Amino acid sequence: MATETETPIRGMGHSVKRKEDARFIRGRGRYVDDIKLPGMLFLDIVRSPYAHATIKNIDASAALAQPGVLAVITGKDLDAAGLAWMPTLMGDKQMVLPVDRVVYQAQEVAAVVATDRYAAADGVALVNVEYEPLPPVTDPIKALEADAPLVRPDREQKTNHIWHWEAGDAARTDELFNQAEVVVKEDLYIPRIHVCSIETCGCVASFDAVEGKLTVYMTTQAPHAIRTVFSLVTSIPEHKIHIISPDIGGGFGGKVPVYPGYVIACVASIKTGHPVKWIEDRSENLQADSFARDYHITAELAAKRDGTMQALRVKTIADHGAFDAAANPSKFPAGLFSVITGSYELDAAHVEVDGVYTNKPSGGVAYRCSFRVTEAVHTIERMVDVLAQKLSMDPAELRLKNFIPPEKFPYKSPTGWEYDSGNYPAALRKAMEEIGYEQLRREQAEKRARGELMGIGLSTFTEIVGAGPSHTFDILGIKMFDSAEIRVHPTGSAIVRIGVQTQGQGHETTFAQIVAEELGLPVENITVEHGDTDTAPYGLGTYASRSTPTAGAATAVAARKIREKAKNIAAHLLEVSPDDLEWENYQFRVKGTPGKAVTMQQIAFAAYTNHPQGMEAGLEAVDYYDPPNLTFPFGAYVCVVDIDRGTGEVKIRRFLAIDDCGNIINPMIVDGQIHGGLTMGMAPALLEEITYDENGNIQQGNFMDYLLPTAMETPAWETDKTVTPSPHHPFGAKGVGESATVGAPPAIANAVVDALSHLGVTHIDIPITPWKVYKILEEHGVAES
Amino acid sequence: MTTQTTQTTQTTHKVTLTINGQPYTAEVEPRLLLVHFIREVAGLTGTHIGCDTTSCGACTVLVNGVPAKSCTLLAVQVDGAEIRTVEGLEQDGKLHPVQDGFVQEHGLQCGFCTPGMMLTAVALLERNPQPTEDEIRRAISGNLCRCTGYVNIVKSIQYAAKQMREAQATPAPAPVGAEV
Ligand code: FES
Ligand code: FES
Repeated sequence: MATETETPIRGMGHSVKRKEDARFIRGRGRYVDDIKLPGMLFLDIVRSPYAHATIKNIDASAALAQPGVLAVITGKDLDAAGLAWMPTLMGDKQMVLPVDRVVYQAQEVAAVVATDRYAAADGVALVNVEYEPLPPVTDPIKALEADAPLVRPDREQKTNHIWHWEAGDAARTDELFNQAEVVVKEDLYIPRIHVCSIETCGCVASFDAVEGKLTVYMTTQAPHAIRTVFSLVTSIPEHKIHIISPDIGGGFGGKVPVYPGYVIACVASIKTGHPVKWIEDRSENLQADSFARDYHITAELAAKRDGTMQALRVKTIADHGAFDAAANPSKFPAGLFSVITGSYELDAAHVEVDGVYTNKPSGGVAYRCSFRVTEAVHTIERMVDVLAQKLSMDPAELRLKNFIPPEKFPYKSPTGWEYDSGNYPAALRKAMEEIGYEQLRREQAEKRARGELMGIGLSTFTEIVGAGPSHTFDILGIKMFDSAEIRVHPTGSAIVRIGVQTQGQGHETTFAQIVAEELGLPVENITVEHGDTDTAPYGLGTYASRSTPTAGAATAVAARKIREKAKNIAAHLLEVSPDDLEWENYQFRVKGTPGKAVTMQQIAFAAYTNHPQGMEAGLEAVDYYDPPNLTFPFGAYVCVVDIDRGTGEVKIRRFLAIDDCGNIINPMIVDGQIHGGLTMGMAPALLEEITYDENGNIQQGNFMDYLLPTAMETPAWETDKTVTPSPHHPFGAKGVGESATVGAPPAIANAVVDALSHLGVTHIDIPITPWKVYKILEEHGVAES
Repeated sequence: MTTQTTQTTQTTHKVTLTINGQPYTAEVEPRLLLVHFIREVAGLTGTHIGCDTTSCGACTVLVNGVPAKSCTLLAVQVDGAEIRTVEGLEQDGKLHPVQDGFVQEHGLQCGFCTPGMMLTAVALLERNPQPTEDEIRRAISGNLCRCTGYVNIVKSIQYAAKQMREAQATPAPAPVGAEV
C-alpha cells in the first residue's frame, strides 16, 4: 500500500499561495502573443475612419505589391464563402467584414496577411478604401426619432429600435405611485466604458489541411461555446475544431464575444495554408471591441412619509451600438437588470428597457459585472439616497428600515427573482461600526460648519450571479450548466478538468482546494486544467462570477461521486460494510473504532491494485452541474471623500467594503478579487467614460485619453466580511469576482453627493470628474479660486 | 522575424544587446522596437505589450539599470546596452525577493502586468531600499494593473524591501503553494 502522506490537505478556507504564480513571476506565462508556430504569418486590419459610410471601392494593389504582403482579404471575399456576417450571441447578426457599408468608426474593413507584423502594418497603410460618408447617429434617443439615419438597413424592420423588454407589475406599480405620499425621480446616465484588460485580444489560427482540423489559440473566456459557434458558422465538424484558451491577461467580460479578427484569422489560415497570428493594438481594442453600460435611465421611487419604500418604476434606453452583440443569456436582452429592487422590500416594481442601434461599436458586454447588474445597483442605491435626502433621513437609517429582513429568505422579489440568502442589516451594522459612522457624521458636521466639503456614501447592494438554471438560462440554446471531471491517480494525486476558464481568478489553486477538501488529498497533489476544448468537459466559460457557483459546484459534486465509490473500496479494505463507515477528518473510519481507518490515498491505490471484485477499477467522475437557482452575494460599502474646493478633485479618504459571498475557498484570493473589483468600480465612478462627437469620432480611443486608475488614484482598500452561505450550493459559496465592481460606484457617487447635499445637489452622473465637481462648486459660489 | 525583416527592407543595422547577461546580435530594421527585439529576436516572451501610447508599462525592462518602456525605444537606439528582463530576476534557482514578494502577498492575478511591475519595483528598491507606501505608489504609477487594485502590489514590494534589508540573514523563501 502507498505510504501515508503527511502533507497537509489545505482545502476550504485556506489562503493557499497560488500555483499559477510560479510561471507568471518568471515570465513563463503563455499568452496568445507568446505563441509562435512554424511558418506563422501575421494579420493586421484596415479600419474605417468613418462612423457611417458606404464603401465605393477597395483597391489592394499597392498593398499586394509591398514586400512581405501575401494576401488582402475583403468583405467580398468572405461573402463568397458565406462568411461576411456572423451570428451574435443575442440572436442578431454582425459583419465580419463589410461588403459595402461601415456602421461605426474603427470597424474592420479589410485584412492584410504578411510575413511579419511590420510588413502587415505596411500593407494596411497601402490599402486604398474609397468611402462616401453618411450622416451618423450616436445618441440613442435621437436614433429613435423618425428621421434618424438608419443604422441597419439590412434588417426587415426599418427602425433603430431593437427590442422592448419589461419585468414586474406595471398596474400595481402605477397604483402605488398614484397613492404615494412621497415620490422622487432622477435621470441617471451610466456611461459607456471599456474593460481594457491589459492584454488585448488576439489569436493564432492554424488550419491543418491534411487533417481538416482548425486549431485556434485565442483570448476567450468561453472556449467551448466558441467551438460550437465556429462549427455552426463554418460547417467544419465540431470535432475538427480545437479551441485553446491559453493564459489570459484579464478578461472582465471583454473576451466573451467573438470579434471579427478571430474569424478573419481563421479564414486567412485556411486560405494561405499557414498559421496566422492576429493581435490587436490597444487603440484597436479600445475603439472597436465591445463596450459596456451606456444605459439612459429614468428612475422613480415611491415611499411613505416615514420612509417606508413602496414601489420602483424605471424606464431605460439602452445603446447597443450597431450590432446587438451583448453576451447575455438568450432570454435576457437586458441581462439581469430586473434585480434593480436590490436589498429592499418593495410592494411592486416595474422596469422597462428599450434596446437601440447607433453608429457605435457593439455595446452591452460586461465590465466585470454579471449581466447589467451594475446599472441596476447604481440606480437603486442612488435612488435610496435621493429619497433619504428628500426626507431628511440618514441614508443608513433609511436602508435599515427597508432591508428585506433576514428571516424572509428565500425571498421572492417583485420582479420574480428568488434571493437565496442574505443578512443585510448585519453587513451594514458591521460596516458602520468598523468605520465609525457616527463619528464620521459628527466630523462632517463640524467640517461643513467650517466650509469644508466631506461626504460619506453607502452602498448596500445585492448581486445576482452564477447563471444559471437550465430552465431559464441558455446562450444560443446551450444551457448554462458547467462541468468538472476528476481523475484520481493510483498514488493519490489527481487531475481536475473544468469547463470554466481563468483569466486571473486563480482557478488552478481554488479548484484544487475544492477537491482537496472533498477528497482529503493534499492541494499540491492536484492539477487543474482548463481552457482546452479537446480535453476539458463542455462548459460555458468564466464570466458573470459564475465559476464557483457552477463549475465549483460541479467539482464538489464530482468529488462526492468519487467519495461514494471510495467508501465501497474502503469497506472492502477494512472488511466492514460501507454502512459502518464514516467520513471524518479526511478519512473513512469504522464508526466507534476510530483507529480503524483508511485515507483517500490508500483507497486510490487500491482502486487500481486491489479493487473489490465486481466493481469497476479506477477512481474518477464527471459532473455537469445545473444550478437550482442563482446566488445572491451582497455587501455593505462605506466611502468617505474629501473634495478640494480649488480643483473639484474628489479624494477617497477611506473605503471599507464588507462583502458576503457565502463560504470562502481561499480568503487571500477573495480579498484580491475584491481589491480589483473595487478599483474597477472606482474607475467609472471617477475616471472612465467613452464619448463620441457628432461625427461619431471616439474621444477616448487610447490610454492617453481613457484613464485607467493607477496606484496614485487608487486608495488603500479596507475589506472585511460576513458569511451567509448559499443554501443551495454544494459548499455554500456564492461567487465574488464582480461584487465590488457592482457595489462600489454608488458608494462613491453617494459620498460626493452627500458632500454637496447641503447645496441642494441631488445627483451627479458618473464619472464624477474634477471638472464636473468644480462647475457645481462654482454654480453654488463655493469654489475656491 | 529577423530573416523576414531582412528580406523585406533595404536597410538593416547590426544590433548587439546583452539581455540578462547573454549577448544577442541581429540584423534588424531601424524601426524594430526594443520590445519586439526582446520578444521575437531573443525569444524572451516574459516582457509584454499592453498599449501603443507608452501608458501601461507592461513592457518595462531595465536598460542599463534604469526602468524603460521597451515599446517606446528602438532596438538600434540601445545598441550595446545591458537589458534586464523578468527572465533574469531569478538567480541560481533562487527567486528575487520581489518575485517572492509578489507570490507571498498575492500581488498578481492574470500576471500580464507582473513582469513590468516587478522590474519597476526592482529598480525602485535598488535606489531606495526603504520606500514609503507613497513612494512605492509613485514609482509604479506608470505601470497599469487592471486586476489587483494595487493594494497587494504595494504589500509585495514592501515584503521584498524588508527581505532585501534583512538580506544577509534571509533563509530560503517559502515555495510556491506554501501557506504563510
Ligand atoms: S506596452 Fe504599454 S507602455 Fe509599453
Ligand atoms: S495582474 Fe492582471 S493586469 Fe495586473
